[in-house]
Amino acid sequence: MDARRPPRAVIDPKVRTVGFFTPPDPIQFDSNSLSPVMIPPPCHSSENLDLHSPPSVTPPSGDESVSVTGSYNGSSSELFPAPMSPALSQKIVAGDGGVGGGIVASSFPRGGGVPVCKLTTVSVVNTDSFAFDERDKPNKGGGSSMEVKDQAMNSKQKNEKSSKAERRALQEAQRAAKAEGNKATGTVTSGNLKSAKATKPPQKVDNTSVAASEKKGVDRPSEKDRKKDVPHPRMQYDDKSRVEKAKRRAVVNHTESRNRVELFRHLPQYEHGSQLPDLEAKFFQLEPVHPSVYKVGLQYLSGDISGGNARCIAMLQAFQDAIKDYTVPPEKTLVRDLTAKISSYVSFLIECRPLSISMGNAIRFLKSQIAKLPLTLSESESKTSLQSDIERFIYEKIILADKVIVEHAVTKIRDGDVLLTYGSSSAVEMILLRAHELGKQFQVVVVDSRPSLKGKLLLRRLVEKGLTCTYTHINAVSFIMHEVTRVFLGASSVLSNGTVYSGVGTASVAMVAHAFHVPVIVCCEAFKFHERVQLDSICSNELGDPDVISKVSGRGDVNHLDAWANAENLQLLNLIYDATPSDYVSIIVTDYGMIPPTSVPVVVREYSREQVWI
Amino acid sequence: METEAPSMENPKISAYYQTRLAHFGVVSTEWLAQAQSATNPNPPLPSSSTNSHTDKDTNFSVIDEFNRWRNHPDLAEAVAAIRALAAVISASKASTMMQLEIELKNASDTLKAWDTTSISLTAASDLFMRYVTRTSALEFEDFNSAKARLIERADKFGEISYKARKIIGMLSQDFIFDGCTILVHGFSRVVFEVLKLAAHNKKRFRVFCTEGRPDRTGLRLSNDLAKLDVPVKLVIDSAVAYTMDEVDLVLVGADGVVESGGIINMMGTYQIALVAKSMNKPVYVAAESYKFARHYPLDQKDLAPALRPVDFGVPIPSKVEVECSARDYTPPQYLTLLFTDLGVLTPSVVSDELIQLYL
Repeated sequence: MDARRPPRAVIDPKVRTVGFFTPPDPIQFDSNSLSPVMIPPPCHSSENLDLHSPPSVTPPSGDESVSVTGSYNGSSSELFPAPMSPALSQKIVAGDGGVGGGIVASSFPRGGGVPVCKLTTVSVVNTDSFAFDERDKPNKGGGSSMEVKDQAMNSKQKNEKSSKAERRALQEAQRAAKAEGNKATGTVTSGNLKSAKATKPPQKVDNTSVAASEKKGVDRPSEKDRKKDVPHPRMQYDDKSRVEKAKRRAVVNHTESRNRVELFRHLPQYEHGSQLPDLEAKFFQLEPVHPSVYKVGLQYLSGDISGGNARCIAMLQAFQDAIKDYTVPPEKTLVRDLTAKISSYVSFLIECRPLSISMGNAIRFLKSQIAKLPLTLSESESKTSLQSDIERFIYEKIILADKVIVEHAVTKIRDGDVLLTYGSSSAVEMILLRAHELGKQFQVVVVDSRPSLKGKLLLRRLVEKGLTCTYTHINAVSFIMHEVTRVFLGASSVLSNGTVYSGVGTASVAMVAHAFHVPVIVCCEAFKFHERVQLDSICSNELGDPDVISKVSGRGDVNHLDAWANAENLQLLNLIYDATPSDYVSIIVTDYGMIPPTSVPVVVREYSREQVWI
Repeated sequence: METEAPSMENPKISAYYQTRLAHFGVVSTEWLAQAQSATNPNPPLPSSSTNSHTDKDTNFSVIDEFNRWRNHPDLAEAVAAIRALAAVISASKASTMMQLEIELKNASDTLKAWDTTSISLTAASDLFMRYVTRTSALEFEDFNSAKARLIERADKFGEISYKARKIIGMLSQDFIFDGCTILVHGFSRVVFEVLKLAAHNKKRFRVFCTEGRPDRTGLRLSNDLAKLDVPVKLVIDSAVAYTMDEVDLVLVGADGVVESGGIINMMGTYQIALVAKSMNKPVYVAAESYKFARHYPLDQKDLAPALRPVDFGVPIPSKVEVECSARDYTPPQYLTLLFTDLGVLTPSVVSDELIQLYL
C-alpha cells in the first residue's frame, strides 16, 4: 500500500450515505462477514488524520490498533477492489459516521487502489498505510485512544476474521477513542456549522484553554474537508497529543454509545449510565473546578436541573460563587486569568451536558463584562463589580423580562379561550397563572410527550392553582386542535430567521396549530435570541439518552426493546430539540414587546447594541 | 366608546366615522357644529398640575385646536392631532422639561380619549410623543432652547405627516402602469391622492370601485374620479371575486397599520385581500407612517370594536342581530407592499420601525 498516497485521490465520487440505511446485501462479502453497518471507519476522519498529522506521530501502539481496525476495513477494501470504488467510498463514508479516532479509515483514502494482499497480510500492510499524514489536522485520535483500544485490539489482532462480537468490541473501542476526541470538541465553535453540536453560543475569543485550541484544530479539518470533498460527518481528533491532553483534562468519562444513527453522527452521544457515579466519585479530586460549578455540572448530568432559565440561572450563580472565591495568581492579570478560568468551567459544564443557546449568550455576556473591567480597579472591586453584573443580568434579563412577557401575553387571553401548551415552559406557566389571577375564564390543554413527560409537572402545578386543565399526549394534538383557540409555546431560543428552537415536539404542535388556523404565540426572553440561522433540526441538536426511549416507566411488560443495543439494525434516537420554521409562528412575546418573527434580527441587533452600553 | 350628544340620531357610532361622514357625507354645517359642541366640554383628564386654571386652558385648547384643524376636510385626523399637540408645546406655560412632558402627555391622553377606537389617532399621538421627546438634546440645553428644539421637532413631524400624502403619491407612481386596472376599496384620501397624481401624469388606467356599503364610499370615490376623467366602474361588494380576473392590482388605504404588518381598514378589505391573494394579484396599501400602531391583533376579534350601524333601507325585526363592526384586520401575509412616506416597504418593516423607535 502506498501509505502516502493523497487520500483525496481516492474518495470519488464524494458520496455520503445519510439517514437510516440498511446494510448492503451480506452476500457480497466473502468469508469475512462484515456488515458495513459495523464499519465505522470514518474515511474522512482518517483523511483528516492523514492530512494533518505528521507520519512520525504514529505510535507503534497506534499502528497496532490501527492495523486491527484497519484490518477489517482493509479487508473490506480488499474485498471490493476496483468496482467498489463508489461503494467503497460509500462504505467509507458509512463508517465515517461514528467510530473512533478515525484512525481506522485511513486505509480508505487509498480506497480505490485496493490492496491485493490477502487478509492475513492486511494488518501488516495496513499498518503502514495508516500513517497519519497529509490531510490530517490536529490529531485527536490520539494516543490515549490508542491505549484504550489496545486492550481490545490486541486480543483481536490474532483473529483477522472477526466475529460479530469482536467487531462489536472493535467498534466500542473506536467509539471510546472517538469519545476522547469528542470531549475535546465539546467547546463551542463560532459559526461553524460543521462542528455543530447542540451547544453553541460563540465562545470565541477568550478561550485560552486547550478546549479552544482543540476546537480550532477541529474546525480546520472540518473546513478543509468540506472544501475538499464530502462534508465529513464528524470532527476528527487526529492529533494524538491533543486528545491525550483532552483526556487528561477531561473530567467526565465518556463512553460512546453503540448503534448511533448515521444522520446524527456529528452530535456527541454517550452512554449515560456510568457518567454520574463516575463524576461523583471524582469530586474530591477535581480541584481545578470550583465546587459550585461542579455541583451544577452534576445536576445537569443527572437531569435535576432542566429548562432553559433554570439552567442558566444555576450556572450564573455558580459562576458568581466561583468569582467570589477567586484570587488572581501572582504574575497574572485578572482579566485574562479569570476568563481562562471561566472558559475551563464552561468546558466542564459542556462535558456534563451541552450548553443551551441561552447559556451561551449569558457566558458571552459574562466574558464581555470581564473584558471590560477597567484595569484601575482592584481585585476585590473587580470581583464585586462582576458579581453585581451577574446579579443584574439575572434580574433584568430573566426575572424582570418574564414579568414583562407575562403582562404582554395576558392581554392575548380572553374569556372563553381554550389555550394549548406543550411541554413545560416557565414563561407559559407564569402567563397562565397570572391570567387566572386576573380572573379570566379559560381552559388549558396540556400536551405532553415521552420520554421526558415534562407536561405532568406543569399540569400538577396548574391544577393546584385551580385552573381547568386537560392532559393529552402529542399523538392526539390534531384530534384536539379544532377546539383550541390559542397555542402558547415556550422556546429555548429564537434564531435570526425567526426559527424557534425549542423542545422536540414543539414544531409538530405548531404546524398542526397552523393547519387549523390557530394563532401560535411563542414566549421567549430576549436574551435567548441568537444571530445564528438554522434551517433544520439536524445540523445542530442535542442527543439524549436512547435508553429512556426503550423503557416505559411503570410498564414493565413493555420491554420489547430491552436488548436494542445488541441488534445491529436498530438505532434509537432521542433528540432533545427541534426547529420550528417562522411561518408557523404568529407572534413572539418578548420583553421588548410583541414582535412578528421577521423582526427577530432587529431585536438581536438592538440587543447587542444595548449590551455595549451596559 | 366616545361622547355622544343626546340629539344624535345614530348612537354608538364611532366618532372617527362620524368625522368621515361629516367630511364626506351629506351633512349640514349645523349638524357638524352640534357634533363638535357635543364632544367639546368634557374634560376627561385628571390634571395633576397645581395650576388647574392653566390646565383647563390647556385642555380646552387642545380639543379646540384639534377641532380647528379637523375642519379641513383634506386634513387627516391624525395630522390634526399632531398639529394640536405641537400647538400645546408652543402654548405651554411650563417652566421645566418634566412639566412640559406631563402637559404633553395629558393633552395626548385627552385626544385619545376623544375617540378611543381610532387607531390612527392613538398611533399618531404616541409616535409624536416618542419622536419629540426622543432627542438627547433635552438633557443638555437650558429649558428654553430645549423647548424650542421640541417645537422644532414637533413642527417637523407635523410637516412630514402633512406632506406624507404627496410623498406616497410620488412613490406609488411606478406601480401604476399604462393599461392597468386598479381595484379600490374604501375612500382613502391617500389613495385618492395617488390616483389623482397618476391621472395628472397622463397614465392610462381604469379603476374598479367597490360600492363600500354601508358608507357608500364607492359612490363618493367614483364621483371624484369621474371628475378627473378616469374611467371608473362601480362593482358591488359581492362582485369582487367575479371581477378579480380583470384586475391588475388592489390599492387600499389603512386606518391603522399594526405591528405584525397587517392593516386595519374598512370592513371588506380582508375579503378582498383574500380573493386577491388566491388569484395572485398584488395588494398595495397606501398608509402614512404615523399610522403605525403598537397593536398586534391575532384574529379579527382581537381589535377594539368600532361599531357602525348599518341601514338596510327596510326595517329589521329586533330579534335579528346585525353585524355592525365597521372595520376588519388584514393579516400581513395577504399584503404585498406598503406605500409609506418612509418608502415602499414590506409588511415586516413595520415592526422594525416601531422597535427602533420604541427602544
